[in-house]
Amino acid sequence: MISYGNHRFPGKLFVVEGTDGSGKSTQLALLYQWLKTEGYPVFFSEWNSSPLVKDTTKRAKKRHLFTPATFSLLHATDFADRTERDIIPPLKAGGIVLADRYIYTAFARDVARGCDRDWVRRVYKFAVRPTVAFFFRAPLDVAVDRILSGRPHLKYYEAGLDMGWANDPEESFTVFQGKILEEYDRMVEEFDLTVIDATRSIEQQQREMRKIIGQHLSKRRSNSG
Amino acid sequence: MPGSENEEYTGKLIVIEGTDGVGRSTQIALLRTWLESRGHAVLDTGMSRSVLASRGIKEAKTGHTLGRLTMQLFYATDFIDRLENEMLPALRSGFIVLTDRYIYSAIARAEVRGIDSAWIRSIYGMALVPDAVFYLEIKSAQELFQRVLASGRGFDYWESGMDLHMGEDFYDSFIEYQTRMLKVFDRMAKEYDFDVVNASRTVRRVAADLRRSVAKVIDEPSPRRARPRAKVLPVGEPTKPKLVPAPETKSEKTVNR
Repeated sequence: MISYGNHRFPGKLFVVEGTDGSGKSTQLALLYQWLKTEGYPVFFSEWNSSPLVKDTTKRAKKRHLFTPATFSLLHATDFADRTERDIIPPLKAGGIVLADRYIYTAFARDVARGCDRDWVRRVYKFAVRPTVAFFFRAPLDVAVDRILSGRPHLKYYEAGLDMGWANDPEESFTVFQGKILEEYDRMVEEFDLTVIDATRSIEQQQREMRKIIGQHLSKRRSNSG
Repeated sequence: MPGSENEEYTGKLIVIEGTDGVGRSTQIALLRTWLESRGHAVLDTGMSRSVLASRGIKEAKTGHTLGRLTMQLFYATDFIDRLENEMLPALRSGFIVLTDRYIYSAIARAEVRGIDSAWIRSIYGMALVPDAVFYLEIKSAQELFQRVLASGRGFDYWESGMDLHMGEDFYDSFIEYQTRMLKVFDRMAKEYDFDVVNASRTVRRVAADLRRSVAKVIDEPSPRRARPRAKVLPVGEPTKPKLVPAPETKSEKTVNR
């Protein structure tokens, strides 16, 4: 039987979650640098990056082949590959795995797209439970502004245009992100997410993260780092 | 989500199931011709033939690095794509949908690989209950082996269960893997009420049997007809798998509380 939900691996898994534009990737990159400098064996895994699945996803996005259910399942396939390949082995070996987006991204996006809440959770039942899951919470207008100011063109699925909420990409994106934020908010308690106020300075957020993560790390470090 | 419960559709969903080498595709080709000659529109589909995922699955299988969980989810993606974009629209338009394998093969493959049976079933919970499932039955893995050998196709890595490392070579592995598959199918035949067809006979005999049974499904009001047309399969039905440990108890802490 394969169900990693209650794994007892010696490694630690830290994940960052939040809407687009919440600054989570920046924070994770800083964390990675810090842990490496401190001499820990750190591994990084990013949402939607499995070499086995990437081409299929890319093609489906380009040709608009997805429905909410297949969008959900293909992303679960990608996640399963990374779980089997990138996440479990380092955890078994006692390493630290940092994940940019995790199952909560699927729970938020797929449910926002109309998938059944329980069904999506069941699909991901094999996932390793994170040591800490950070949720970078930014108010909707702040996050949407960050994305829209930095990006000339929103992609079809990114903007949620497949759902027909609005014809205008920016308007559709805002509706979509609003629904996603709602889902994240209800998951804070359900999954005990650690909320980070993403409106504060980058340095403040990073300090808070390091403090929390420090409590989960053993003192022994290698000197090679 | 697809498979909206109790949706009415006028077509028929007919599943041909069976392990590797039992002659499914031959029989489907014959059935199709026969149905079309009788004036029925036929959609013929099958496992890993979806527009969305077939290429990806093929590539992933070539590398032999496809993990057990990843494989199940890739197949599920393929299935739901075909369900939503091929099978449901065809059934709504009154087609006879002939499908080479259905969720049962997917479940069997998962179960022999030690995957949680409740988990895999819940993923396929949105599938339609077919109007009929014809299970082409071969009693032993040895007989299957002879058939694959005679076909001249050679032995497929995955159909021989080589990823499970159960035997020294393709023969040992194939026999062990297919024996396990046959056991799971045996169990499912009862659980899901398959029409079992003895596939050890000649192609013509099997085809004649199938035609008779399919005609019944199409022409006569059967008990299945009284059931909701698009009833989804029961999710996580209690089963007693013999090959894999029973699903976990609810008391444990998992990530999806």
